[in-house]
Order: sequence, then C-alpha cells, then structure tokens
Amino acid sequence: MGKTAIKVIVLRTAGTNCDAETAFAFRSFGAQVDLVHIKKLFDRQADLKDYHILAIPGGFTYGDDIESGRILANELSRKLGPDLCRFIGDKKLIIGICNGFQALVKAGILPGPLDKNEREAHDASQKATLFNNDSGKFEDRWVHLKVEGGSVWTKGLGEIVYFPVAHAEGKFITRDGNALNLLKANGQVAFRYCGPKGTKPKYPENPNGSVEDIAGITDSTGRILGLMPHPERHFLFTQHPFWTRLNNNGRYGQGAKIFENGVMYVKEHLL
Amino acid sequence: MIWRIEIKHKRGVFDAQAQGIQKSVADLGRVAVSRVEIIQVYNVEGKLTAEDIQTICRELLVNAVTQDYYFALEKPRPHKPAKNTHTVEIAYNPGVMDPVEESTMKGIRDLGIDTVESVRTAKKYVLRGTLTKKERDIITGKVLANKLIQHVVDHAAAAGSPKASAANGPFRLILVDLLKAGDRQLMKLSRDGQLFLNLQEMKAIQKHFRSMGRNPTDVELETIAQTWSEHCYHKTFRGNIRYRASENGKTKTTTIRNLLKSTIMKATREINKPWCVSVFHDNAGVIEFDDEHHICFKAETHNHPSALEPFGGANTGVGGVIRDILGTGLGAKPICSTDVFCFAPPDLPSDRLPPGTLHPKRIMKGVVSGVRDYGNKMGIPTVNGAILFDERFVGNPLVYCGNIGLLPKDKVHKKANKGDQIVVVGGRTGRDGIHGATFSSGELNKESEVVSSGAVQIGDPIQEKKVLDALMQARDLNLYTAITDCGAGGLSSAVGEMGRELGAHVALDAVPLKYRGLKYDEIWISESQERMVLSVAPRNVTQLLSVFAVENVEATVIGEFTGTRRLELFFHGVQVCDLDMAFLHEGPPATTKEARWVKPKVSAVRIPRPANLNKKLLEVLSHYNVCSKEWVVRQYDHEVQGATVIKPLVGVNCDGPSDASVIVPKLGSNRGIAVANGINVRYGMLDPYWMAASCIDEALRQIVAVGGDVSHIAILDNFCWGNPDKPDRLGGLVRAAQGCYKTAVGYQVPFISGKDSLYNEYTQGKKSIAIPGTLLISAVGIIEDVTKAVTMDFKRGGNLIYCVGPTYDELGGSIYLDTYGYLGADVPKVNTKLGLKIFNALSKGVQKGLIRSMHDCSEGGIAAALAEMAFSGGLGVTARLDQAAYSGESKRDDTVLFSESNARFIVEVEPEKKSRFERLLKGIPRGLLGRVEDSPEFIVYGLDNNVCLNTRIQDLREAWLRPLRWS
Repeated sequence: MGKTAIKVIVLRTAGTNCDAETAFAFRSFGAQVDLVHIKKLFDRQADLKDYHILAIPGGFTYGDDIESGRILANELSRKLGPDLCRFIGDKKLIIGICNGFQALVKAGILPGPLDKNEREAHDASQKATLFNNDSGKFEDRWVHLKVEGGSVWTKGLGEIVYFPVAHAEGKFITRDGNALNLLKANGQVAFRYCGPKGTKPKYPENPNGSVEDIAGITDSTGRILGLMPHPERHFLFTQHPFWTRLNNNGRYGQGAKIFENGVMYVKEHLL
Repeated sequence: MIWRIEIKHKRGVFDAQAQGIQKSVADLGRVAVSRVEIIQVYNVEGKLTAEDIQTICRELLVNAVTQDYYFALEKPRPHKPAKNTHTVEIAYNPGVMDPVEESTMKGIRDLGIDTVESVRTAKKYVLRGTLTKKERDIITGKVLANKLIQHVVDHAAAAGSPKASAANGPFRLILVDLLKAGDRQLMKLSRDGQLFLNLQEMKAIQKHFRSMGRNPTDVELETIAQTWSEHCYHKTFRGNIRYRASENGKTKTTTIRNLLKSTIMKATREINKPWCVSVFHDNAGVIEFDDEHHICFKAETHNHPSALEPFGGANTGVGGVIRDILGTGLGAKPICSTDVFCFAPPDLPSDRLPPGTLHPKRIMKGVVSGVRDYGNKMGIPTVNGAILFDERFVGNPLVYCGNIGLLPKDKVHKKANKGDQIVVVGGRTGRDGIHGATFSSGELNKESEVVSSGAVQIGDPIQEKKVLDALMQARDLNLYTAITDCGAGGLSSAVGEMGRELGAHVALDAVPLKYRGLKYDEIWISESQERMVLSVAPRNVTQLLSVFAVENVEATVIGEFTGTRRLELFFHGVQVCDLDMAFLHEGPPATTKEARWVKPKVSAVRIPRPANLNKKLLEVLSHYNVCSKEWVVRQYDHEVQGATVIKPLVGVNCDGPSDASVIVPKLGSNRGIAVANGINVRYGMLDPYWMAASCIDEALRQIVAVGGDVSHIAILDNFCWGNPDKPDRLGGLVRAAQGCYKTAVGYQVPFISGKDSLYNEYTQGKKSIAIPGTLLISAVGIIEDVTKAVTMDFKRGGNLIYCVGPTYDELGGSIYLDTYGYLGADVPKVNTKLGLKIFNALSKGVQKGLIRSMHDCSEGGIAAALAEMAFSGGLGVTARLDQAAYSGESKRDDTVLFSESNARFIVEVEPEKKSRFERLLKGIPRGLLGRVEDSPEFIVYGLDNNVCLNTRIQDLREAWLRPLRWS
C-alpha cells in the first residue's frame, strides 16, 4: 500500500449490520476500507494505528442485550483503551453511527472531557446516555436535522439535512444539567432534530424524546462524531424517500458530504 | 452461590416499556392499574464476591445516568407490603433460551471476572391499583407472560439453581414393539409418540421392519415420522386426489396424480423461461439477475407456533426462512424480507374468543414484534408485506415469512461427496421445538398449548447473523461442498436430506448441547434454531473451523457421508439407528384423498343507492384490510443495507402505500428488483379458482405499477388451507391450484418455488373452525433501471388522470360490500390476454418516461386508488366516472367506484405527453378521468354528471391512517 492511501477501518462484531453501506460510502470517495472484526484487533492481527478513520457502524451489537452498545463499549474502553487514546491523540477521525454512537457514548469517548479539569484528569466517565425512545418502540423514519457546531465532519452540509433514523434506544440525555450546559457551550452539539423548515420539533419530528432535540454530538475537538440518524442511508439520491418527486440533482444525497469531509480531512492533515 | 441483582429506573426517568404494559392492561378493559414499574432481575451464579457484583453492576448491567440497583445473595429486595401494590415476577421456563444470557456472560468475562457460571434473567412487575387475585392472574396471563415459555417466580418455593435442571439418567436404548402390534395398537403408537402417521403408513413401516426381523428403535420411528410428515413430504400435493366438481347442476369426476406436478410445476415447465435457474428443487427458487449473480426467493409459513406464542413463532419463522436462503445453492446472502399476516380483527370482543386462543390484538402485536426483532437484528430490510383480517383466523392466524437472497452464479450447485465430514455450525442443540414438523401436520385444539409446548421457541438473531457473516467467507473460500439449513425436523431432516444418495454416519454425542441430559432421539429431532449443516472435504475441515472461530461461531464435526446408503446413528458407541435411505425417502404409500367442490349458491345482493358516497369512501378507507399499516411498517427497518429505492411508505409525507418495493441488491448499481404480493381470501369464499387468478394479477400489477416488466417476473405459491382430509377443504384447494395453472400460463409467469401449510383448523368440542382457504402469491421482478421507477403519489397539479383497464360489475367479495356485511356474488375474473396487453403497454410507458405516477386498483377499487394517490401526493382531484371504461349492467356510481375488477391502474400523465401515452394504449379500454388539482378538494362526478364525491384529501387521509394508528 502506498503512503498516500486513505485508510478507513469499519469495525465489525457480532450483530454489526450497517458495515457494507458505511464502507461503500467511504470507498466512493477513494478511501481504502477494511471491514475488521474486533477480535482481530484484540488478537493483534490488525492494528488501529494503521488507519486514519475509525468508523463504528449501526447494528445491534451483541443483540443490544443489557442495553444498546454496552458490551461493545466495554470492549472499546477495557480492551482497546490505550490504542484508542493514541488514535485520538494522533488527531485521527472517529465516526459512530446509531449503534456506533451508542457505544461511543457508553464508553465515555463521547462527549469526552467537557472542561479543563476533566481534560487534565483524562476523565473517561460516561456523561450521557442513549435511552429507550419515548414512543416505546423501534421506529424507522426520516427526520430533519439542524446542523450546528464546527466539526470537520459537518463542514458544508448546509443548514438542514434529511436523514433516516432506525432505532429503539435513541433518546439522548446527559448525566446532569451541568454536562448539558458544557456540551452546548463547547459547541459539541452537531445535529438537532427539527421541523422541515428548522422549526422546533414535536414527535415524530423528534423521534425519541431526546433532550433539547439532540441527535448527534462531537468531542470537544470536533474530530469524533456520533449521531443516531444514518447519513450512509442518504448517500445516494435514490435513497431519498420521495426522490421520484424531486429533480435529479446528481448521484449523491445529503449524507455523502460527511464521508467526503472525512476523506478530505485525512488528505489535508494526515497524509 | 447465586447473586440476585435488581435494576430499576431512577425516579423521574420516563419508562416507555412500563407505559406500554400499562396501556395493554388498560386494553383488557376490566381492571384499573394506575402505575406499572418494571424491575430487571439478573440471577448470577458463580464463585463471586460482593465486590465482583459491584463491578458487574457498575460497569455492565446498570446505566448510571438512568438506573439504580440493588443486589443480595439469593434474596429479592424486601419491600414493605404496600396497599394496592402487586408484585409479579416472570422468568423463562427451564430449557427455554434466555436471549440475554449468552451476551451477559460474555460481558462479565470481558470485565476479567471468569468465575461466573450462569446468568438467568427475570422481570419483576410492580402494579399499583386495586386488584383482586383473579384480576392479577388475568393481567399476568394476558399481558405479562406466556406460560408456554415463562412462569411466575415463587420466592417462597425453594430457589433452584438457574442452570437448567438436567436429569442425567443412564443411557438406555428404547425399542418400540411394532412387529406384533395390531391396527389399534399401531394407531395408539402413532398418537402417543406424536407421530401423526395414519394406519396405512404405520403398516408400511411395520412391514419394512418385519422384513428385517426386528423392532425399530424410538429414534428410527421418529425419523420416519418426521420425513414422512405433511410438513416435510407434502403428502397432499404429491398424492392422488379423486376430485368431484359440481357447477350448474353438472358433476365431473377426475383423478389427479400429484396436484403439484399437474398444476403449479406444469405451468413453469410449459412457460419454460430461460432465466429460471433452479425451480422446485432447492430451498428456494433461483432466477438470473445479472452477469454475476442470481436472485433466490422463498416464502415459508409459521402458523401453528405463532398461534401459541406469537413473538417466538414469528421470530423463528423469520429466522427459518432466512436459513432457507442461506442454504440455497452454496449459500445466498439475504437482501430483503417480505412478511404477510392474517389475523382476526383486532377489536374482536373477548367473548368471541374460543377457549385456549389468544386475542388477535395480542397475537398481532406479538407477531410484529417477533418479525421486527429478528429482521432488524439480522440487518435485513423488511420491505414488503400485507395484513388481512377475517374472524375465521381467530384460532389459526397465518404468518408468512419470505426472504430474497443474492447468489453468485458459480455457487448454484452443491453435492456432498463420499467421505465428506458432516459439520454442524451455529447454535447449540437443546430441547426446543421437539416434534415441530409433526405438530404442524395436525389440527390445533385447546390442549395444543399444553401438549405441544416443546414446539414453541424463541430465536437468537445475533447467533444467526454471526453464522451468516462466517458462512459467506467460508463459501467464497470454497470450503464446503453442500449445505442445508436445520429447520423442521432438525438434524434428522438436514442430514437425512443431504445424505440421501450417500448414506450418513453420525455420532450424536458429538453434537454440542445447551445443557446435559438430552436423550439421543431428542438431539436428533430437536429443532433448536440458528443451526446449519455443511459437508466438508476432510482437507478443508481445519480451515473451515477457523473461519467460524474468528466470528465466534461454534462449528463441530459430527459425522461423515459414507456411501453405504444407510442412515446410521450412534450414541456413546452404541448404534441407535440403522435405516435404509431409500425406504426413508421413497416416502409413505401414496394415498388417495377425496376432494369435492360445489360452486357455492350465492345470490346477488341488492343494496339501496347510498345517499352519501363520501361516507362510504371513508368507510372503505378505514376498513382494516385497506387502512394504513404504518404502525407495523415503521417498526421494521426497511432500509438497512441502503438498498431500498422504492420504500413501502412513499409520497410527500412518507406515508403513502407503495405498490411494490424496489431494491438494488448491489449498492451503486441501477439494476434492481421489485417485490410484491397478492392475497385476498374473500374472493376465495366465492370461488378459489378466481381467487388464485386475482392474487396473481394483483402481485403482477403491483410490480408493473413501479415500472416492472411482466416478461421478467417470477412468482411463489403459498397455500394455507384447512384439513385436507375433509373433501370440501381439499376441493377448494384443487380449484385454487387449477386457477394458478391457467393464470400463470396466461401471463407467462413461472412459479419458481412454493409451500403449503395444511390442517389450519381449530377444533372446539365437535365443531371445527377452518381458516378460509388462503393463497399468497409472492412476486419478484427484475427492474432494468431503478432510476426510471415510479411511485403511486400524485406529483403535480394539472397532470392528467387515466384509468387504464376495463371495469365490470364485479363487487363480489369487495370491501365495499363488506361495509354492508355482504359477500356478494360477482367475483372479479381475470382476462390474461387483455391483462397482458395492459401490463406491457404500461411497462413501456414507464420506460419511455411517459408516466409520473401509477397505482393499481385493488381492494376499494378506483375510489380507494384515487384517494390514496391524492393524499399521498398532497394534491386534489377532479374526475368524471362517465369517462371510465365501464362495461356493466348496473350503471351505478358505487359499482364503478368500488368494483374490484383486475388489471386496472390509475395513471398520472403530464398534459404534453398525452398523445404519446394514448398511442401506447391502442386497443386497450381506458378513460381520461380528469386531472390532479393543487387544491385539496377531491371531487368526482358520477355517471349522470352530478357530483357524487366531494371531500378533502386530509379527511380521506385521516380516515385511512386512524384505524391502526396504535401508540
């Protein structure tokens, strides 16, 4: 492999299921993508340091038994902790979608340290969670999202995007009011559910009852992004739920920009 | 020691699940529960310290943001007996898979705590409200637990080890005294052993063993019973039938040899499509897709288990049909699911429930949850389906599960070789699902839930997902020569089938077990889920095992394909079975069944002309069989894999009822497939022949409606019928099969696979409730370019609205007449010659870009189709019925609006494309009904040019959304 290859690891384990479409999204922008079972990282048959972007895709890892993402979160923090620390320290990128987001939050990687004290103490405690939807059920539906913050992942996305959610445990809540305030003050909110024109959402526009309509957050650097909606499912124009009503404006859908941003960042900063 | 951990939500945290329970309790109508609290219980066994348990709680089981916990040695949390507070704890029965156990054990070991031996979970419900003990028991039985798989925990009783109690008696080979048995004893043996074999079959077995001069072992007898069961051998479809049909006073008698071969398969043979790769041979039908891949399609039923345990029944139904696809050729990748259900109406009064049956609303909620759980966790989109309601499904709900797979062209053929090792992969074997195959070959009664409890089980979708992930790698490395799923009949069926030509030798004690104490025959016939059997050349065994090990999937060599043409089973070195494969597979002696069809005497109904057709349209849209199924569809992930281009819900609000769904099996490509189904039991009550014809027509026109081409569609048949030993039931079945043959040949559309589920009857005393004979036609069509596909929502005001295809006086079996409580007489017929012309013209219209939207007219007729297109597009309509191509006697507005004649479409065309579109329709009856409007008004002028419908789309939409909009 040449030095110029942009390398993405899409992490798999029992119950991962959005790996192929996530890999397809990165590949479409020229990245070299490996689908790697987490066991290979444990056994050192693969190494995180060989990659620029870590993507944890959607699915039901370990059946979401106990609670969504919990067992994967423990594997990340307990078995891959030092590797992940180095990966993050090297200013590399991480994206967690749906179940991947749930795991990152429960592993304490998102939102990560919220202030100077926490940063200095390398505080990796869990500060938020993704909990059962208020509707009490799994729902697959498209939602409008207001884009906020200054993450490398969300540059140039526009003000409002339209992605599907498909989850039963997506209600974002923080440990306490202070954590929520810091999260907002740091500009770590990346996506909020909204009405079609950016208005304050009601159910089902906010599909799960998330606090302050939060759908996705970043760490304080913006390089780690987690979100419940699925940008890889609005990667192509024909994935839009009513594309037959719209003028065809090219091959790609609104989610593509996120993956392109990831690849561009690596090109500009890590190669 | 056993630690008990209890976890509950912190005060102020909203518990949606508890809210759901409270709602279900309220649905019971009789009892008042003001609050429900759910406490999750883990019983963890092992040499563990309190400190270990603290760690397990803090780091694994408890969410610090939302939950509190309590733990103690073997003791439930003491609670002050408060007034009006009732606590009920529910746990799984011993031997039933606890879905959370395995991952919790893994999670604990991940924490570095290796001394954990077992985990069993339970749920404790705290109910607030004034309840009598009886009321509490009703809530427990109807909402909280299903006694087939769960029980109420009694803490006063001695707490046993959570490890499954394993009576480990000494091994003893059991012989069945068959040689000397007379007729009565033979039938007693069949009944007592749950063999479901008739006397003729028992005698054939007796004769076989007499010729060998020995009695059979129990496992030999069970192997034969399972192989010969209706479920596995399809005796009705393959046997002889003496068929007497009476119509217009004349009776004709014919003898049919092999109904399947003389109708369904005959059609396929005559049509002889070059793109049919494998039909009626493998697990699923296989057709060509592109240069590299084929598509395979299979639909199964899981009716009996779903009647008793709806969640588990549907759950394992989905898992089973996915394994069918994994076992097609050398293994196809599942790419989408389609699921069709029939229930009694969800608002059925409880006093109309036969004893021993579950309420249809509970069944429906359970079935939907079961499909949701398995499909979503497997990451396979559920893109299509239908739900039908009729009170006669009260004892026997129907659950059809279909799956489509993508198969590389070089992986179609499989053949085990002499010397290949038999490898079982996936889940472990337990006592689950013993006698499932034979159980589904008999009728249900109120004891079914007691005697057949072993036939009910719960699936483990993550196990199957792991099998899928490992299997695809092993397939692409060419590590095995043949594969079969373990479905009904378990290893017996899988190994028996694969070793049919060769013979097999199996060491039953090599099979990995969930717990100790299984008898050898239990191991052999267990229907534990998530298992596949592979035949592997000895040189590939090591590599194969390591591929599965990386994905944490157990894979074990249990025997060998021998070349002796005998089925030989061993347990601890003792031979327990030695059967001739030829005897086993030649099957039971052919029987001749009696079939009788008498055209039902129906008289045309005269209903007065309704004063207000608006009201009737709203009633039709609110009919359970027409109204929105969004509550169901949204619970399924219908877009995982990113391939769903036309989703089940379409239109400006993402809630319109799509005709077929379209997916692109290969991301980034524009070549797709469309999936649809046709089902209508009410037509069958008038004439099963025309029901079959209409079902095929409906499935095809849904695919045409999105832009498919009839010359590239394949279909599946799936018959669910009553007891075929009763001549009237079988007569209807024959007639439906004949309708299938004629219509398929007429449309030149081949059947590629099929399934039948018979004995769908519920016996109550002397009375037997049969389901209405139900045929599901599932269709898959190739879409050359998905970017040309169209959806059913109106697109723009000012566009023209056509109705293509003729309307007749065909209100028989219609939704409209049902709103009056009538069935009617004139069942819709099918003219395949004209139908084919219509389908082809419209496919061409889509290819040429002349069509902006299209929707087929089915239940509810032109009126329902127009209304759905209007509110799905958020646009109004002005239309004139006198322009429709109507040829009938009644000359009534309601007939034209609601008749359900086949092969009709509503089509939206831009004004500038009018003449090009009309040129395509040369010689086809059609009418330019009117235009799409920007305003929300929905206005239709009747045959006399007076306004007959005048309403607004939001009212139509609301009527359509409301009935099944459950929270």
